[in-house]
Amino acid sequence: MTQKNKIQAGAVQRVPNLHPTAVTINDLDLYYGKTQALQQINLNIPASQVTAFIGPSGCGKSTLLRCFNRLNDLIDSCRINGEILLDGRDIYAENIDVAELRREVGIVFQKPNPFPKSIYENVAYGLRIQGINKRRQLDESVEWALKGAALWDEVKNRLNESAFSLSGGQQQRLVIARAIAVQPKFILLDEPCSALDPISTLKVEELISELKSQYTIIMVTHNMQQAARVSDYTAFMYMGELIEFGTTDQVFTNPRLKKTEEYITGRYG
Amino acid sequence: MSDLHLGQHISRQFNEELEDVRSKVLHMGGIVEEQLANALRVLVNDESELARIVIDADAIVNSLEVEIDEECTRIVARRQPAATDLRLVMTVSKTINELERIGDEAKRVAKMSRKDMDGVLQDDVRVELAHMGELVREMLRQVLDAFARTDVDTAVLVVKADAKVDKRYKKIIKQLIDRMRDEPDAVPAVMKIMWAVRSLERLGDRCQNIAEHIIYMVLGTDIRHIKLDDVLAEIEAQSELE
Repeated sequence: MTQKNKIQAGAVQRVPNLHPTAVTINDLDLYYGKTQALQQINLNIPASQVTAFIGPSGCGKSTLLRCFNRLNDLIDSCRINGEILLDGRDIYAENIDVAELRREVGIVFQKPNPFPKSIYENVAYGLRIQGINKRRQLDESVEWALKGAALWDEVKNRLNESAFSLSGGQQQRLVIARAIAVQPKFILLDEPCSALDPISTLKVEELISELKSQYTIIMVTHNMQQAARVSDYTAFMYMGELIEFGTTDQVFTNPRLKKTEEYITGRYG
Repeated sequence: MSDLHLGQHISRQFNEELEDVRSKVLHMGGIVEEQLANALRVLVNDESELARIVIDADAIVNSLEVEIDEECTRIVARRQPAATDLRLVMTVSKTINELERIGDEAKRVAKMSRKDMDGVLQDDVRVELAHMGELVREMLRQVLDAFARTDVDTAVLVVKADAKVDKRYKKIIKQLIDRMRDEPDAVPAVMKIMWAVRSLERLGDRCQNIAEHIIYMVLGTDIRHIKLDDVLAEIEAQSELE
């Protein structure tokens, strides 16, 4: 244990990734008014992999996730220093079109939030906003996205029914279908399974591992076992700092820092 | 015979991982089986040139043990297996340890009997050794088969067979002691045979251990350190439940 104490937190933040980097975070500080929510985050997130952020409530993991599609812009008091590069592009640069950024970076929240529309229109929504209205093109995209979200077989005969007629687990997969319909490069998942039963959770998790070949997936989860099951890389955050980042195998079988070990073994947190 | 339904998890990757450790155990078992077969040929037929092959295979067996064990650790950490899945992973972890030791014992048999054996083995001992070797080989073959097919009945046969091995073992030991008494000059060479026979006996014990692990994996009942009759009664009771 003493050896684990010796390693400085900063030393384990940038492990050499085995995969190309999709997101680079350099010296990121984030403030809500006078409160500092994120401190000196430095991290490379690998492409076409699932990266999970874990940590106790209030550690800043959702805040960090919401930086990637600039959702924090909506909070007036929020202020950011440092840089975040998506595929090498600084997303906080002045010339960035935020609407376009959010098309590339889909997000799925904790509670399934389908629109009060039919199943079909929920998935077609983002495409219509982009000006796509041709029926055939929409049909194809909707089917493709629902298949991608492993929901097609369950809903193909009821596409015009309200999205609210679906179960919670199905709604969450519908929301994922809506997110991938516009073909983003990144998918952010903020506690995607916390409102679901265990079997729906496993289905969504299986979906996540299938989607990762095409998308870079970043998820926040309170459920450490979920991070262990679905992610390839795990970042442990605590009080606004990134404590440890590594492959999920390494973090869950042999964490390098005592604090990480205490958290994932339920000794603290 | 029962089925663990390994391929039915929602997570396809989990299916693959379990199937993968299972097939790696069988691969490892195959190598150990060959080690034993070759070691017996060195002992019984004086084919000492095969000893090197037995010894060299040890490194492969060792590295497979480490590899499979790491995989088990990873599965426990990442998948939190439950019920049959958990018992499978625990059984695999124990079984590969036994297999590795079986490989070690086979290596010892080969080492002990590879040189200076001319004229040491008298025909009556050789015949007994051949029998004992055959029994142990059959135990190993059966126990791997029981693992592959998750077959309790075959595992029970292996548990029972160990008594036969022990009987032969005692008989051979007696023959060897007589020999040493009659011919003190042969003591060093006969002692080597003694070690080899001892290894064979231990090998049978380890097959029995694996059989017990398999029964635990399938039925969830730990039958270690219980008398055979009680074990059979326990298995009977279990199968009536199903």
